Amino acid sequence: MRSRSSALVMTFYLLFLMVPIYWLVNMSLKTNAEITGTFSIFPRELTFRNYMVILTDPSWYMGYVNSIIYVVLNTVISIAVALPAAYAFSRYSFMGDKHLFFWLLTNRMSPPAVFALPFFQLYSSIGLFDTHIAVALAHCLFNVPLAVWILEGFMRGVPKEIDETAYIDGYSFPRFFIRIFMPLVASGIGVAAFFCFMFSWVELLLSRTLTSVNAKPIAATMTRTVSASGMDWGVLAAAGVLTIIPGALVIWFVRNYIAKGFALGRV
Amino acid sequence: MEKTQNNRAWFLVLPVLVLVAFSAVIPLMTVVNYSVNDTFGNNEFFWAGLDWFDEAVHSDRIHGALLRQAMFSAIILAIEVPLGIFVALNMPKKGFWSSFCLVVMALPLLIPFNVVGTIWQIFGRGDIGLLGHTLAAIGIDYNYTSDPFDAWATVVVMDVWHWTSLVALLAYAGLQSIPQAYYQAARIDQASRWAVFRYIELPKMKGVLLIAVLLRFMDSFMIYTEPFVVTGGGPGNSTTFLSIDLVKMAVGQFDLGPAAAFSIMYFLVILLVSWVFYTVMTNLDRQEAK
Amino acid sequence: MAQITLKNLAHSYLPNPKGEQDYALKEMDHVWQDGGAYALLGSSGCGKTTLLNIISGLLRPSHGRVLFGDRDVTDAATAERNIAQVFQFPVVYDTMTVRDNLAFPLRNRGQDAAYIKRRVDQIAKMIGMEAMLSRKAQGLTADAKQKISLGRGMVREDVNAILFDEPLTVIDPHMKWELRTQLKQLHREFGHTMIYVTHDQTEALTFADKVVVMYDGRVVQLGTPEELFETPAHTFVGYFIGSPGMNFLEARVSGTRAMLVSGAGVDLGDDHGTPSGRVQIGIRPEHAVLTEGQGLPVTIRRVEDVGRHRILRAELEGQPFNIVQPEGQPVPALPRVAFVPGKINVYADDWRVAPQGRAA
Repeated sequence: MRSRSSALVMTFYLLFLMVPIYWLVNMSLKTNAEITGTFSIFPRELTFRNYMVILTDPSWYMGYVNSIIYVVLNTVISIAVALPAAYAFSRYSFMGDKHLFFWLLTNRMSPPAVFALPFFQLYSSIGLFDTHIAVALAHCLFNVPLAVWILEGFMRGVPKEIDETAYIDGYSFPRFFIRIFMPLVASGIGVAAFFCFMFSWVELLLSRTLTSVNAKPIAATMTRTVSASGMDWGVLAAAGVLTIIPGALVIWFVRNYIAKGFALGRV
Repeated sequence: MEKTQNNRAWFLVLPVLVLVAFSAVIPLMTVVNYSVNDTFGNNEFFWAGLDWFDEAVHSDRIHGALLRQAMFSAIILAIEVPLGIFVALNMPKKGFWSSFCLVVMALPLLIPFNVVGTIWQIFGRGDIGLLGHTLAAIGIDYNYTSDPFDAWATVVVMDVWHWTSLVALLAYAGLQSIPQAYYQAARIDQASRWAVFRYIELPKMKGVLLIAVLLRFMDSFMIYTEPFVVTGGGPGNSTTFLSIDLVKMAVGQFDLGPAAAFSIMYFLVILLVSWVFYTVMTNLDRQEAK
Repeated sequence: MAQITLKNLAHSYLPNPKGEQDYALKEMDHVWQDGGAYALLGSSGCGKTTLLNIISGLLRPSHGRVLFGDRDVTDAATAERNIAQVFQFPVVYDTMTVRDNLAFPLRNRGQDAAYIKRRVDQIAKMIGMEAMLSRKAQGLTADAKQKISLGRGMVREDVNAILFDEPLTVIDPHMKWELRTQLKQLHREFGHTMIYVTHDQTEALTFADKVVVMYDGRVVQLGTPEELFETPAHTFVGYFIGSPGMNFLEARVSGTRAMLVSGAGVDLGDDHGTPSGRVQIGIRPEHAVLTEGQGLPVTIRRVEDVGRHRILRAELEGQPFNIVQPEGQPVPALPRVAFVPGKINVYADDWRVAPQGRAA
């Protein structure tokens, strides 16, 4: 009896989540004439034209490539620097550690709007404007603190005796870290990478500000095209659908860690 | 865990420090520089002291944005936190349907912010959107581009759609950590459903819920892209939140001085709130460790 | 309070059990007398906890009925059955004080405040937690928490039965003994039916009047500690109870004689007929005597002195064989072993064959 009402609640909630997405998919498979002319729940004349437009036009599909390049770059950089730092925070106490940790966290909490303009000027002045690395570095602002936080949570769960045993067995620190410690926190690394990917992928304000042509993300391409080509709703919807797919793929891979991951290792 | 005192650990933190300093401290200095100078273009600056701060503190425009921002954050927290907990309580505990729910729920979280905006922009339109069309069909006068209330409702519902799952997933993670024996003991003790929630589930979710509230408060306080895409801050200024106003000021009107002063105060508010949360959270951690 | 009857009870965790191996509990009929102190003994994974959860209603059996007195409670919820249960690991409500924890089951049943206070004080005294009543349960040590769990299990006076699922696992050894004595005391005082699950034979034998031994999803024997020792109904009981366990030798039995594999004969003392299948004779190490003249030749491998007696690890007919020898007796140069007649049990396919012409 209780499980039936639970199922009902979940059905409603999942419908609430899915219907707007469904509507986008629905629109992406219609012709513009059908979108504006008739109101239909299903596409009457199924068309893949909208997707073809995107997949054959470099100014469209390069947006995806750009996004994926800087997202992957950012994820790699964030995890690489966060790993040793998280280890330090989880294992040692040192001068100013608590303040440093808090200061890192505040960066996760700083509004991108505050940083948009200074970033623009900073990266312009050192000649990195409109490069993938610029966006990747800018996203480190909020992703590195987050990665440190998540990894620290996971590393705290690994008993310290493991480290000590490894040192007694004659492992050097780098070898111990790569051979023994990293496999133990593999799920933590996966979760942290997932979050870096996610926040870098969904962010638009900074990535749009720091790029113009060569590294322009897909999300920004979408906003431009809306104003330029007027009301090509079908292509807009198709572009939107295509931005959802990488996220959906990533979720599928980490589905078993999602719950623990969202608790940032603190359960 | 007992931690060893070791100042050489600083070397391990160094890469993070350099990177974050580069991407946070240098830009922040620029902002501070702007906030105390005036410029007429051409990179010429004049010392303006605290005038910009004075202006920002007394600006009706910023007061308005701050008020709207606080209201928005309060509303979405009041909806998303209880709703998220409620959803988490009703989620299947294991098996295929549990994975299915997790994946579907996480989906909105991985959609780029502006696409979220686009989805709702389209969804709410009277001519081509399912929601707008349906509301019109049942006789409700709904138009988010002209009616401030409708605009607010749309932005709030969008945020609930976008982020409630985060709260739910966090709460769910907390629930998953409760051993089955607790529920069994509660049945033996003949505890009511409410008592189970109040004395078993809520205490176990306390930690993760705090993270949820912190993240949701911060992210809603910084919200920019989604409402900007849907309403552009309008109609009028009715959905112009702090970040939208700030970007308008800095990029749109190039009022660097006031924008910078505004930024710094904005940042300080967030810093203060983070600090309060952080302190509460570490205290909680310590209590549990005892 | 009521007698608890299990009728044709069986349980499988699988939706469509195929054969016997799919059942966590094999079909059984069993009666728990009202007011009895039972121990449910068996190794891990033999179905003890499953059986307990079926009695308390946390689990609905896939087959058979559960009766409290004459009332069929198979489909009744846990709350309706009015049962108390204590789990292996402490379950306390962290945000409540110790007092509120103990009062919780009473409050849920709407008892009046004066009674609750009196009863909680009484229980607190029994578990030795009077001084901590107003403390938060969070942050107490594991054994203090488990004492609260025990207290919560015993706080209701009118329960049909109290079930304990290895409740003393996390408790210090000396505290274990004390708590067990208190449970026993409580049983004498209030006469609740108690079922105590454990895999520790000492715990079972000291707590219970009647011990139920389970093996592989089956109740293999219900008996007093003495019966379990003298006449184990199944080779598992013989092996599981006693330290060291019973010795088993392959044999052919006819009448009062058993013939071992080597051809040596053993006098059984009683007529066991001619059982078929895999036949073994079981001898307690306590009932094997070292002699110099009669009996079977035996090789002593090792001697363990455990204080009041010695355990001889020996070899008989190429099989390990244990002998308990009282203190102060010498080990002969050419040892032989003899069995006390009438103390030898005969097993066919692991089940005991009762001697004929004598009630077993």
